[in-house]
Amino acid sequence: MKLVEYIIGQLINGLNAGSIYALIALGYSMVYGIAKMINFAHGDIIMVGSYALYVFIVLMKMPVIVAILLTIGFCAILGITIERIAYKPLRKAPPLAVLITAIGVSFFLQNASLLIFKANPIPFGTIIKVDAVNIGNISISGLTIVTLVVTFICMAILTLFINKTKAGSAMRAVSEDKGAAQLMGINVNRTISLTFAIGSALAAIAGILFLSQYPSLKPTMGALPGIKAFVAAVLGGIGNVPGAMLGGMLLGIIENTAKAYISTEVSDAIVFGVLILVLLLKPSGLLGKKRIEKV
Amino acid sequence: MALLKVTDLQVYYGVIQAIKGISFEVNAGEVIALIGANGAGKTTILHAITGLVPVKSGSIEFEVPKTGMNDKDIVTETVNLRKTPAHKIVSLGMAHVPEGRRIFSQLTVLENLKMGAYTRNDKEEMEQTLKKVYKRFPRLEERKNQVAGTLSGGEQQMLAMGRALMSHPRIILMDEPSMGLSPILVEEIFDIIKEISKSGTTVLLVEQNAKKALSIANRAYVLETGNIVLEGDAKELMNDESVKKAYLGE
Repeated sequence: MKLVEYIIGQLINGLNAGSIYALIALGYSMVYGIAKMINFAHGDIIMVGSYALYVFIVLMKMPVIVAILLTIGFCAILGITIERIAYKPLRKAPPLAVLITAIGVSFFLQNASLLIFKANPIPFGTIIKVDAVNIGNISISGLTIVTLVVTFICMAILTLFINKTKAGSAMRAVSEDKGAAQLMGINVNRTISLTFAIGSALAAIAGILFLSQYPSLKPTMGALPGIKAFVAAVLGGIGNVPGAMLGGMLLGIIENTAKAYISTEVSDAIVFGVLILVLLLKPSGLLGKKRIEKV
Repeated sequence: MALLKVTDLQVYYGVIQAIKGISFEVNAGEVIALIGANGAGKTTILHAITGLVPVKSGSIEFEVPKTGMNDKDIVTETVNLRKTPAHKIVSLGMAHVPEGRRIFSQLTVLENLKMGAYTRNDKEEMEQTLKKVYKRFPRLEERKNQVAGTLSGGEQQMLAMGRALMSHPRIILMDEPSMGLSPILVEEIFDIIKEISKSGTTVLLVEQNAKKALSIANRAYVLETGNIVLEGDAKELMNDESVKKAYLGE
């Protein structure tokens, strides 16, 4: 009985980490689907969101709910701005130019926050105060419950939005064929902006959850979860929304299992080993469709 | 007055000039065919009109009713499509059935049709148009919840045409609607184009199948490497010796 409880406990821990990866991976995947680019600055939105939350709550003494909403809004606008300034002029450029630009934006965001907030980590108390829940002998922390519930709600809303609304259909149409979408009267630029806004808003939510678990602010804090979420997006099939959700959850479980049974030190290596394996065995990812090159 | 008037249109792909200053016009109610061999520039002309490729010089003038989209309106104004963003053209009353159909293969048939009506806000009018499209293409109604990528080539062509009709256009641009279809389906598609024309929609048709195109067109323009080399009444062109030799295989 002890072993089963232990495994369930570890599984929940894995889903907890996986939720955050999934929320970030969604941004990578949606942006890839529509703009056909890997936005390597996406992870840094987590960092910007965390600092924004700190500014709103600690420095400006705002109520938590207001601060959370402002943080999400700020990141969404930041995402749109980055796309407009850095990526839009390169829409017809070779993919390598866009990739390098994205890395440049990532460095820019990290160094801008280094300049503003300095290099010393800033401690930050958690804003989520929910009691733990005991099911039998398994105790689930309040933070984990909040993380899982928030992630589930975000995914449900996003899925409904993409599949059931006019703007969501337009998004799918643009990701498949921009020219044909324009012929339908869809404003492609606005659709791309909306995608960046949604992706960045989800990253902000992930950032708030991440900050609650690792309550310390530093300019590079978004890099590692960002790159792991990228692995999750590739694992699920980049460009595929359910794939990003699945990939994130799986990666969280894999990472947590590695930490529990193998060693904490090598867990990162195992995560990136997953990336190598996916690229070798199924480059299109678990749910990704094989790309048929048209002649 | 012409519904669509293209004057001295020039289009470049990099340094290569694809369209070398062509002029033509389409009057309301006509079926106009642009015929010519592969690479003559037929598709490029349609892409230039609906803003999918940038235009180097020339003008593309389109007559648009001044108040609303009602056919009864007599007052019109001329809009230069060169200055109109691509996504605003469909709401002016121009739909484009692109070459290779370009349906959204991962969306359902119904979702594709609704995309065609993306710019229309009146839901009831949209539903009525949908009924008309289903009446014209019963297969689309049978398969409305099917993912469009699973349709056959002929069905995909019908979906592309139905999708264009969903915007309730005054003019419809069709690019190679017969491409890759069996002779029976080609007949069917051309019958539908005739019906669309009869219901009052102007048609600008690009076709490699010159014989079929000339058989339903009022007038036609013959293109060769970016220039219009011949134009006139479709019936007369059908009997023109050079056209017969080059395009009708006689």
